[in-house]
Amino acid sequence: MSHAPLLKRLVLICLGMFAFAFALVPLYDVFCDVTGLNGKPSLEQAKQSTSINEAREVDVSFTTHAQSGAPFTVQSAEYSVAVKPGAMREVVFKAKNLSNEDKVMQAVPSVSPGKAAKYLHKMACFCFDQQPLKAGEEVEFKLLFYVDTELPDDVEELTLSYTVFDISSQLVASN
Amino acid sequence: MGKLSATLWLILLMLPQQLLANSQFNMREGVTDISNNVYQLHMTIFIICCVIGVIVFAVMFWALIHHRKSKGAIPAQFHESTKVEILWTAIPFVILIAMAVPATKTLIAMEDASKADLTIKITGSQWKWHYEYMGEGVAFYSILSTPQEQITNQADKTNTYLLEVDKPLVLPINKKIRFLMTSDDVIHSWWVPDFAVKKDANPGFINETWTKINEQGIYRGQCAELCGKDHGFMPVVVEAKSEQEFATWLADAKQAKQKAAAADAALLDQTLPKEELMTLGEQVYMASCAACHQPTGMGLPGVFPALKGNPVVLGDIKDHIDVVLHGRPGTAMQAFAKQLSIKQLAAVITYKRNAWGNDTGDVIQPSQIQAELDATSEAK
Amino acid sequence: MSSVTQQHDNTAADHDDGHHHPAKGFKRWLFTTNHKDIGSLYLIFSLTMFLIGGAMAMVIRAELFQPGLQLVEPHFFNQMTTVHGLIMVFGAVMPAFTGLANWMVPLMIGAPDMALPRMNNWSFWILPFAFLILLASLFMPGGGPAFGWTFYAPLSTTYSNDNTALFVFAVHIMGISSIMGAINVIVTIVNMRAPGMTWMKLPLFVWTWLITAFLLIAVMPVLAGAVTMVLTDKYFATSFFDAAGGGDPVMFQHIFWFFGHPEVYIMILPAFGIISTIVPTFSRKKLFGYASMVYATSSIALLSFIVWAHHMFTTGMPVAAELFFMYATMLISVPTGVKVFNWVATMWRGSISFEVPMLFSIAFIVLFTLGGFSGLMLAITPADFQYHDTYFVVAHFHYVLVTGAVFSIMAGAYYWLPKWTGNMFNITLAKWHFWLSLVSVNVLFFPMHFVGLAGMPRRIPDYALQFADFNAIISLGGFAFGLSQLLFVVVVFKCARGGNKVPAKVWDGAEGLEWEVDSPAPYHTFETPPEIK
Repeated sequence: MSHAPLLKRLVLICLGMFAFAFALVPLYDVFCDVTGLNGKPSLEQAKQSTSINEAREVDVSFTTHAQSGAPFTVQSAEYSVAVKPGAMREVVFKAKNLSNEDKVMQAVPSVSPGKAAKYLHKMACFCFDQQPLKAGEEVEFKLLFYVDTELPDDVEELTLSYTVFDISSQLVASN
Repeated sequence: MGKLSATLWLILLMLPQQLLANSQFNMREGVTDISNNVYQLHMTIFIICCVIGVIVFAVMFWALIHHRKSKGAIPAQFHESTKVEILWTAIPFVILIAMAVPATKTLIAMEDASKADLTIKITGSQWKWHYEYMGEGVAFYSILSTPQEQITNQADKTNTYLLEVDKPLVLPINKKIRFLMTSDDVIHSWWVPDFAVKKDANPGFINETWTKINEQGIYRGQCAELCGKDHGFMPVVVEAKSEQEFATWLADAKQAKQKAAAADAALLDQTLPKEELMTLGEQVYMASCAACHQPTGMGLPGVFPALKGNPVVLGDIKDHIDVVLHGRPGTAMQAFAKQLSIKQLAAVITYKRNAWGNDTGDVIQPSQIQAELDATSEAK
Repeated sequence: MSSVTQQHDNTAADHDDGHHHPAKGFKRWLFTTNHKDIGSLYLIFSLTMFLIGGAMAMVIRAELFQPGLQLVEPHFFNQMTTVHGLIMVFGAVMPAFTGLANWMVPLMIGAPDMALPRMNNWSFWILPFAFLILLASLFMPGGGPAFGWTFYAPLSTTYSNDNTALFVFAVHIMGISSIMGAINVIVTIVNMRAPGMTWMKLPLFVWTWLITAFLLIAVMPVLAGAVTMVLTDKYFATSFFDAAGGGDPVMFQHIFWFFGHPEVYIMILPAFGIISTIVPTFSRKKLFGYASMVYATSSIALLSFIVWAHHMFTTGMPVAAELFFMYATMLISVPTGVKVFNWVATMWRGSISFEVPMLFSIAFIVLFTLGGFSGLMLAITPADFQYHDTYFVVAHFHYVLVTGAVFSIMAGAYYWLPKWTGNMFNITLAKWHFWLSLVSVNVLFFPMHFVGLAGMPRRIPDYALQFADFNAIISLGGFAFGLSQLLFVVVVFKCARGGNKVPAKVWDGAEGLEWEVDSPAPYHTFETPPEIK
């Protein structure tokens, strides 16, 4: 009996599973989108809201955090706003480069509770793009968002958190 | 069989409640409704496991004692029975369902996302916690306060050894408190056993958990996720106060913040003597820098750079201040601009530039730090 | 029949150039393609690694003997816990089982050798280099890996030192070695069973190893993927686990535990096989519920793929996911329970005697079940929030892996040692080894449950004062257990050198083809396939 056919199949399984480990990366994102596993909201511009639920109000609060070594401050004008599901809301964020070099900033949004992530729709957000900031430059960003009318009833407040990273050196590395 | 298992049953029934409840070596009942539920759940499963164990092993040891070859036992011939197999698949299944019901209830109660009265943002970093009272403008770092001498066995250890911090997190009782967790570098995990709260702080993401404390007191916990060298040295201390006391504390904290700002402003016109800066600098260095760069300034080769003879420390003052203020992205070197006052910063930089044979003779004044901060930020 | 015989003759001739005696000296071991030689190499290697990993555990326990920092720096302490874990998992337990498989699988199924003897040689000989690299990294500036054997990102990526590349390389080699070993086992079992050795006649050790081998080829490549991502994140600016570039550090844990949980069963399923072989022998009664054992093993293997996130309840998951993983994990206790019940039923109304392998097997059944109970407690999500990352978990997995996997390996070694060497081991010494191990291992691990419940986190080099008494006891138990294992080395060494000669069938109640060949087993066996009754 020849071992070759079985051997070939087993090696293929191994290669397949190695590929599967990498396939887990996009699969994980899809899974997170569906279940709100890691509270990562979409980085795509959302569609217009079609209806407004006048009867309900949800508190949306904002917090930002510059990662260790990222020389930025980002601050929302308001700490918390009350919104009606479906209604558009604008919040101004002030961002500043604290260093004396030109830097590129990337803000990463995260929503808590995680299951609310897919109900927070952003029409405009500075987190959609990398933001170059000159040395000492201060800019205002507008965040335009609404909360989906489908938001589960038990969620009474949600938090949109931005973690701000300095990605200047990574850009240099990949160029 | 009868006598043995009856005795074991008796022991089992007498053992648990008195002996194990709030024993030093059992899970704590804690001071929240949730922690109480968790404790009950823990005891329930524990007792179920004990009962199953006693029954199974009673049967086994019975066989070991009575069905020995040395006693002349002749082996039986049976080796399968579908009936028995189905039975002992089905019974555990039923027991599991009985366990799953209370577990599910408790879990759902834990994840109650209704509105909280107070939100605390907890940020873990190597190796300290940062607490922010959201919307109140009060925020501070909480660092291990156990002296180095106790850790290195040169001084007697106190009762709260390794479970004490300079500034505890102060919380009101009887209020629903929401914790938002995130991290500045690696993954940490904020754990207070008395609240049954343990949640990971993930860099770039935010996690959420809640608690409602029923009793005043001081509650101690630790970081529960390996976060590098000093993982064992970043405790959590929570002081739960009555609502009035908490309100007073919060007001005081806000005032203290203004006073500190005023003190900083006054410092700008002063020139502090080198001796004062060196003394303060050594204290700050030991508290904030020595964990990585070591008390000797030699660092850990290949992990944390030495400061003795370091080109940045011996080089341009402005560059040195810049690194200390803003840290180095992508390394363990943190930004200290918000962690330390300008006086502390001036002192520690002076210390580094003059200790361990780094004899630059430079004396850095708080005003220089402020100038460097102003150069990059008008916000302060 | 004749065609099969010829095939086997060809295989033997193919890899051995017709020699019927082993070559002499070092070359014999370096170039050997004989399953018995390679089995011995694996076992000796695993014992060496067990002692090295054990020495690291002694460092850990010495530092934790008293509160305060006495012997080692926290950074070195972290390297010790990390490398201790890696060595015990990949260097001690897994190679020991592979060694047992190499020795026993061909003997049990009536095959002349493993199916792919040259690959067999390779899969062993790359292993020492993996561990040389790993151990060498401890002596380089910055030291070895210090991020735990689970190497969670970003501690292992952005915040680790440059020796991480060596760690990644070493894990890759270990993975390749395991995969080659597993492929060999599968091909051997599927293609080389003696005529008449049908699936439901396979000895349970062979069955459990077959299932283990499939687990191995399914998840070792995933581990390889995970370390590769760590490597590229650290050195090639990818962002799999870096939030700044759109990644997620928690995803690392999902990928790691997708490997990690089946890995846990890789280390326990062959143990089930060994216990299922030994218990009937010394009960002089057929194994109760053979078929249900096979089904239970398979269902444990399948379930192991859908429970991984129970290692990550505190990372923040939706309630629905937490419930799913809790239920799935609890479900595993059903087939595991069936196994324990079957062993007890095998002993019931048997004719039991207490030879050393049986002693270890009985200890296994009791203590592994204890580890199973704490596992069930850990499955309950709300309670896990309190247990997670404490010494309760350390107690749990050491009960499962030391008094589980390691005790089963000891049992297996004592069971087959006379077959391998032709000599009976020194029974008095072996019994000392057993009783000392049994007592000390419980002094070592049992109090860990309590310090864990009392709130001591794992992986800390120093602890609060209320944990001091128990930690001192644990350390004493640890030193005693460590020293007791030296007895095992003595017993094995003496047995290899000589002793009372044993007949082909060493144990009177034993069944299986391995007891039909001479003791010691000749260099070549079953060149003509045996007849299966």
